Amino acid sequence: MEQKKETLLEIHNLSVSFRMYDHGLKQQDLQVISDLYLTVHPGEIVAVAGSSGSGKSLLASAILGILPGNATVRGHLHYQGQELTPERQKALRGKEIALVPQSVAYLDPLMKVGAQADGHERPRPTKKRRQLFQRFGLPEETARRYPFQLSGGMARRVLVSTALLTEAKLVIADEPTPGMGLAQALEALRMFREMADEGRAVILITHDIDLAFEFADRVAVFYGGTTVETAPASDFKEGPSALRHPYSKALWSALPQNGFHPIPGFQPYAGSLPRGCLFAPRCPDKTPQCMTDVPPVREVRGGEVRCYYGS
Amino acid sequence: MKGTLGRLARIFLTYSVKMITVLLAVSALSFALVSQSPVDPVQQYILGFGTAISPAQRAQIEDYWGVNKPPVERYLHWLSELLQGNLGESLLYRRPVADIIGERFLNSLGLMLCAWILAGVIGFTLGCVMGMYRDHWPDKLLRRMCYSLSSIPTFWLGLMFLLMFAVWLRWFPIGFSSPVGLLDEEVTIGQKLYHLILPAFTLSLASFANIALHTRQKLADVLNSEYVLFARARGEGQWTILRRHGLRNILLPAITLQFASFAELFGGSVLAENVFSYPGLGSAVSAAGLNSDVPLLLGVTLFSTLFVCVGNMTANLLYGIIDPQIREVGA
Amino acid sequence: MRSLNRRKKLLLLTVGMGVVFFGIYGLGILIPEEWVAGSFLSARQPPSLAHPFGTDALGRDLLLRTLKGLSVSTTVGLIASGVSAVIALLVGIAAATGSRWMDGAISWLIDLVMGVPHTILIILISFAMGRGLKGLLVGIAATHWCSLARLIRGEVLQLRSQQYVAVSRKLGKSSGWILIYHLLPHLLPQFFVGLVLMFPHAILHEAAISFLGFGLPPEQPAIGIILSESMGYLSAGLWWPAVLPGLTLVLLVLLVDNLGEQLQSLFDPSSAQE
Repeated sequence: MEQKKETLLEIHNLSVSFRMYDHGLKQQDLQVISDLYLTVHPGEIVAVAGSSGSGKSLLASAILGILPGNATVRGHLHYQGQELTPERQKALRGKEIALVPQSVAYLDPLMKVGAQADGHERPRPTKKRRQLFQRFGLPEETARRYPFQLSGGMARRVLVSTALLTEAKLVIADEPTPGMGLAQALEALRMFREMADEGRAVILITHDIDLAFEFADRVAVFYGGTTVETAPASDFKEGPSALRHPYSKALWSALPQNGFHPIPGFQPYAGSLPRGCLFAPRCPDKTPQCMTDVPPVREVRGGEVRCYYGS
Repeated sequence: MKGTLGRLARIFLTYSVKMITVLLAVSALSFALVSQSPVDPVQQYILGFGTAISPAQRAQIEDYWGVNKPPVERYLHWLSELLQGNLGESLLYRRPVADIIGERFLNSLGLMLCAWILAGVIGFTLGCVMGMYRDHWPDKLLRRMCYSLSSIPTFWLGLMFLLMFAVWLRWFPIGFSSPVGLLDEEVTIGQKLYHLILPAFTLSLASFANIALHTRQKLADVLNSEYVLFARARGEGQWTILRRHGLRNILLPAITLQFASFAELFGGSVLAENVFSYPGLGSAVSAAGLNSDVPLLLGVTLFSTLFVCVGNMTANLLYGIIDPQIREVGA
Repeated sequence: MRSLNRRKKLLLLTVGMGVVFFGIYGLGILIPEEWVAGSFLSARQPPSLAHPFGTDALGRDLLLRTLKGLSVSTTVGLIASGVSAVIALLVGIAAATGSRWMDGAISWLIDLVMGVPHTILIILISFAMGRGLKGLLVGIAATHWCSLARLIRGEVLQLRSQQYVAVSRKLGKSSGWILIYHLLPHLLPQFFVGLVLMFPHAILHEAAISFLGFGLPPEQPAIGIILSESMGYLSAGLWWPAVLPGLTLVLLVLLVDNLGEQLQSLFDPSSAQE
C-alpha cells in the first residue's frame, strides 16, 4: 500500500451544539453539527457542498475557534497532526488559517477598504495588496472607499484578497463567488487553484456546485450537520452512478442541467433530528435499520460514505 | 464629500428654522408665564429703589415693560427690544441683563465644560469596560452603579462631597469660583480650577451614567457584528478589536449623544451652582426667581434655550456625518 | 425557574413598596404637627435613641420631619407623574393617529419642551404660579411626559400596522372602537411601566425644586427644604441634617426604580436590563 498522504486538517466525530433558552425557562442543547468528518491534504481544494442549514458555515467557525460563547464543540480537530486547542486556534487564525467570509457585512462599515484588507499585522502588506487588487480588476481608488460604496462583486473580491494576502496554509472560503460575474468568479477560483498548487489547501464552502466540481479535487457533501459522502470531484462530473450516497445522487439530479428533480421532504432541523440516519426520512432506499441506527463511515471506491448500502 | 456638505447644509437650514420657531415660542411662553405671575416687575423694581427713583427713570421702566398696554402689544414691544439686544435691567444686580449673562455664562461655561468632558471621558471609558466584560462581574458592578447614580439627587451628592472633602478632609474650598476677598484680576487659573473640581465632578456624576450605558449597548452591538467575527477570524485580539473597530464605530455616536444632553447639563448646573455657591448662570436664575427679577429670569431662560439648541444642532450635524454610511450599509 | 423567581421578586418588591409607601404616607399624615415643632433646648442634637436622625437648628426631630417630607414628596410625585403619564398617553395617541400636520406639531411641541432645561422651566412655571405646591405640581407634570409620549406614539404606529387592526377597519369598526378595544389594552402595560419609571424622576425633581426654594414654602417639611436648611450648618460640622434625610430619599427612589425595572422586564422582556 502506498504511504498515506500527509494530512493538513483532520476532523472526525465533530459535533457542535448551542445552549439555548426556551422562553427564558428551559435550557436546551441544540445539536447543529453531529459526527462530522473531513480530511484536507496540502495542495488540494476540498469543496463542501450542501443546502443551507447543513452546517457548512459553522464548520468554518469551529475550525477557527470563533463560535459564540454558548456553543460547545466536541470531537477531534487536528491541524498538522496536533490537536487544535482554543489557544492554538487563537495563534493560528489569520496567519496559518485564513477565512474568506460570505458578504460585505463582514467588513467594518466605517473603515476604508484598503486598511481593512491590509489587516492589523505590521508591517502592512500594502504593496502586495495593490497587486492583488489590480489582478482582481479593482480600480486603484477602491482602497480609499468605504464598504458601502462597493458593489457586491467588488466587496467579495476584497474579501478574497484578505485571505490571499496571508501566508495561510489553509484557506476556508465561505461562499466566495456569488455576486461576482462569471469571469471574476473564475479568476477567484483560479487563484485558489494556484494557492493549492503551491502546496496550500483550500476548503471551498459553496452553493455553486458545478463551479466547485470544476476546480475542486474532492467534494464533501453535508446534510443536516454531518458529512454523508466525500468523493473525488470527477465522480460528481460523471453522475449518479459514480456517487455513493443517495443524497449526493439526489443533489446531482436537482441541478438544473441534470433535469432539476428536487427530492421531496425537508432537511431535519437541529433539535428534531431523526434517531438513525439523518437522511432516512427522505431516502428512497431506506430500511428499518436506517431508522434506528446511525450508519458508520465506510470507505468505498476511493471515497467515503455514511450509508449502509452505498457502493 | 460634496454630498456630505450639501446634506449638512440642508440639516443646518432645517434645524435653524426649527430653532428660531422654538426660541420665539419660548420667548412668548415665558413672557406669558411671568405676566401671569402675581409679581409686577415694575412694582418690584421701584420697590427695590425705595424713594430714590426719579419720575424719568420710572417712565423709562414703564415704557420698557409697556405698562397699561394690552398683553400682545407688550410682548411685541419687549420682543423688539430683545431683538435689538436690550434684555432690560436686572433689578437684583442693577445692571443690564445682557452683561450679567455674558459674565456669568463664562463662569458656568467653565464649570459645564469641565463636567461635560469629565462625564464624557468617564462615561465612555466605563461604557467600553462594561461592553468588553459584558455580563461578567465588572459589567454587572458598573451597571448597578450607573442605575443607582440616576436615583441619587445631584444636589444631595454635592452636599455629601462638600461635607466629605471640604468640611471633613479640607481638601477643597467650600464653594465660590475663586478665593473670597480677591479681585478678579488677582485670581489665577490654578485657583479657579481648584474651586471648580468639586462642582464639576458633582455635575459630571449626574450625566455620565447615561453615556456609559449607551456606549455599553453600542459596543455590545459592534462586538456581536459580523465584521468583528471576521476580525477575530483574522487573529485580532479583543483589545485590537476595540481599538480598530470598537472605537471607530461607537465614538461618534457617543459624542453626538453628549451634544444632545445640553439640557440636562444646564439643568444640573443650576443645582450644582447653588450647592457650591458658584457664581454662574444657574445660581443667577434661582436668585432671579426668588427675588422676582423678571428681566434676568427671562434672559436666562432664553439663553439656556439657545444653549440647548446649539447642542442639538451640533448633534444633528454629527448625525448627518455618520448617518449615510450606516444607512447605506443597512440597506 | 428564573421567571418564577422574577415574579416572586416582583411580588415581594410590590408588597414591600406598598408597605413602605403607605407606611410613610400614613405616618406623614398621622404624625401631629406639635410633635414636629421642637424646642430650642433640644436644638442641634446628633442622632440618638430619642432622635434617631438628630434634631435641626430649631430643635425639631429630623426623623419625623423626614417622614412628613417624604409623604409630601410621594404625593407630589404620584400626582405629577400620573398627570404627566395621562398627557403622554393622549399626546402619543394623537400624534400617531392624527394627521401628518398634527404629528409634526406634536413633534415640534416636544422639541420645545425638551429645548428648555427642565429645572429652568419648572422654576419659571413655579414663579408664574406664585410658588408653592400648585406651581410645583404643574411644573413637574408639564415637563415629564415627552419621552413616554414618543414611546407611546411608536407603539401605536406599530399596532396600527398589525393585521387585526386592518381587519377591524375593513369590517367597518370606527376609529374610537379600534382605539378602545385594540390599542388601549396593548398600551396599558407601557403606560404603567412609564408611570412607575417616571415617578422617581418626579420625586427627585420635587426635592430639587424645593431645595432651590421654588417648591413648597419653607415651613413645610419637604426633603428639599430640610436639605436646603442643612447647607447653612454644613460648615459647622452638622452632618446629620444633610446625610440622613437625603439617604432616606435615595432609598425610597431606589425602591421605586427597582419596582419599575421589574415591571418593565415582566411586560417587555427584550428591554430588560438583565
